[in-house]
Amino acid sequence: MDYSQFLAMKQEIGLLVLFLFVFLYDTFMPKHALGCIGKVTCLLFGLFTLYGFCPSVIGDGVVDGFSGMYETSPAIVAIKNILNVGVLIVLIQSLKWTASEHQVIRRGEFYELLLITLFGMYLMMSGRHFLVFIIGLESASLPLAAMVALNKHRYESHEAAAKYIMTAVFSSAVLLMGLSFVYGLTGSLYFGKIASAMTAASSVNVVMLVVAIAFVMSGVGFKLSLVPFHLWTADVYQGAPTSVTSYLSVISKGSAAFAFLVILWQVFGTVYSLAWEWMLYALIILTITVGNLFAIRQKNLKRFLAFSSISQAGYIMLGIIGDNAMGEAALMFYVLVYIFSNLAAFGVIGAIENNCGKVSMDDYNGLYKTNPRLAVTMMLAMFSLAGIPPFAGFFSKFFIFTSAINQGSIAIYVLVLIALINTIISLYYYLLVVKAMFIKDVDEMTVASFRSAFSERLGMWICVAGILGLGLVSWFYDSLLCVVGL
Amino acid sequence: MDITIIYYLIPSLIMFCCGVYGFITRRNMIAMLISLELMLNAVDINFVVFNRYLYPENMEGMFFTLFAIAIAAAETALAIAIIINVFRSVKNISASDLSQMKH
Repeated sequence: MDYSQFLAMKQEIGLLVLFLFVFLYDTFMPKHALGCIGKVTCLLFGLFTLYGFCPSVIGDGVVDGFSGMYETSPAIVAIKNILNVGVLIVLIQSLKWTASEHQVIRRGEFYELLLITLFGMYLMMSGRHFLVFIIGLESASLPLAAMVALNKHRYESHEAAAKYIMTAVFSSAVLLMGLSFVYGLTGSLYFGKIASAMTAASSVNVVMLVVAIAFVMSGVGFKLSLVPFHLWTADVYQGAPTSVTSYLSVISKGSAAFAFLVILWQVFGTVYSLAWEWMLYALIILTITVGNLFAIRQKNLKRFLAFSSISQAGYIMLGIIGDNAMGEAALMFYVLVYIFSNLAAFGVIGAIENNCGKVSMDDYNGLYKTNPRLAVTMMLAMFSLAGIPPFAGFFSKFFIFTSAINQGSIAIYVLVLIALINTIISLYYYLLVVKAMFIKDVDEMTVASFRSAFSERLGMWICVAGILGLGLVSWFYDSLLCVVGL
Repeated sequence: MDITIIYYLIPSLIMFCCGVYGFITRRNMIAMLISLELMLNAVDINFVVFNRYLYPENMEGMFFTLFAIAIAAAETALAIAIIINVFRSVKNISASDLSQMKH
């Protein structure tokens, strides 16, 4: 065996070293040194994020390893870097929460589990063999269940964790069943070999193929919380600690979306119009519409953001339809913008929750009077999520619609029209939050004026800079587009 | 009598469907976990049989099964840990008692 292949996995190895360091630090350092484990992790992860931008890590073309089981390319490094930036913001925002009284004893575990889930997501996106993909998927979703249960003193955390682990195992069983059919049809688990055997298999047994793809799509759909498989999302988002919710909603979703794109096109690409074009259309329409309609009636802000993230997942899926470099770049850009907008919203929610424990939308009435900065941050996040022009969210939606329309069939036009109508519906409920904060007058303020911790403010400043900068500075999208083309 | 591939695939499909049915109808979380195990084991049978009958020239399905068993064990361990946590908090492991968050 050629051990130099490990050198292709630069980011995975870097992350593993970081994980081992945090683990050893947490286990063996004396008690008084453990107080700064959060800051140490943030600092090291920041360095690791910068390391991902080194030219030697990015490389200049597609590199295979382990007889085609692992693949890295500038595009894959780019999506990993995007996720790293998101994880860095999550880590910064969680500093206050992990230092709180109840969490202090478990804060090491939070960082270790978080890093190992990120490792799983790396494998999931780089794996080019279904074994590697499944191991990545499981090591991304199992520690997340433990993270959801981290808040041991709150009942909701247990309920959320039980629901999450049950649906996660169910979905992976469904996914594995689909994979066993794919294996039976094509005789391989390598993405490349399956793709070349797929055309022959499709002429033999179309029904079997459709069943297999439906199983695989529903298995991954659970992770992405696409609509027929979204029932766990709201409860888990509400019950989990806010830092874990923000991680779950942006990082886990972004990586699953990219992995989904890779699987659908690299494995099943040859049978697109034969087997799964209509499935994808149905999933997208249902996801966007149902997510939007349910978001309107939510009173708890974390549940509200859960349904909003369901409908955002539908928009991300639009990037998968545009089967070209533009679609992939649009998807990555959407994930990047989504990271900044959603983390800004979760940053505000977390700051207020840490301060006075309020998460209901009624508690945000008149927030502008007491905490104007938080209110403005939340407003920017909502505008960006809704896609109002000068902010980044508008441009990410614009690129994703453009890449889909480039396909140029009547069905696509109808699909994009439905998505556009849904954007207008979404405007209504995003503006409900803004209205509550700015316009509603209340006699008694529920959230008193307070000053949030430095770490929380730092996280929010980064997010606001992203929301304002990403759309106006066209360099980001252009560089993604040229990286994907490599 | 020849034992053909269909003699394995039908029982594995029945196992999988029993698992899905049990997962949906059972309210005890341990019973739900058992149903999930049934589904995962049906998948293992499928992989091994496809490998043995259709593609005996390499061992890909067998190895996948080994890994799938290990992953299923990890899943069960974690699920039981969470169920114990739930039991400590509400003194019950019925899934219908875990619905306080629905509005």
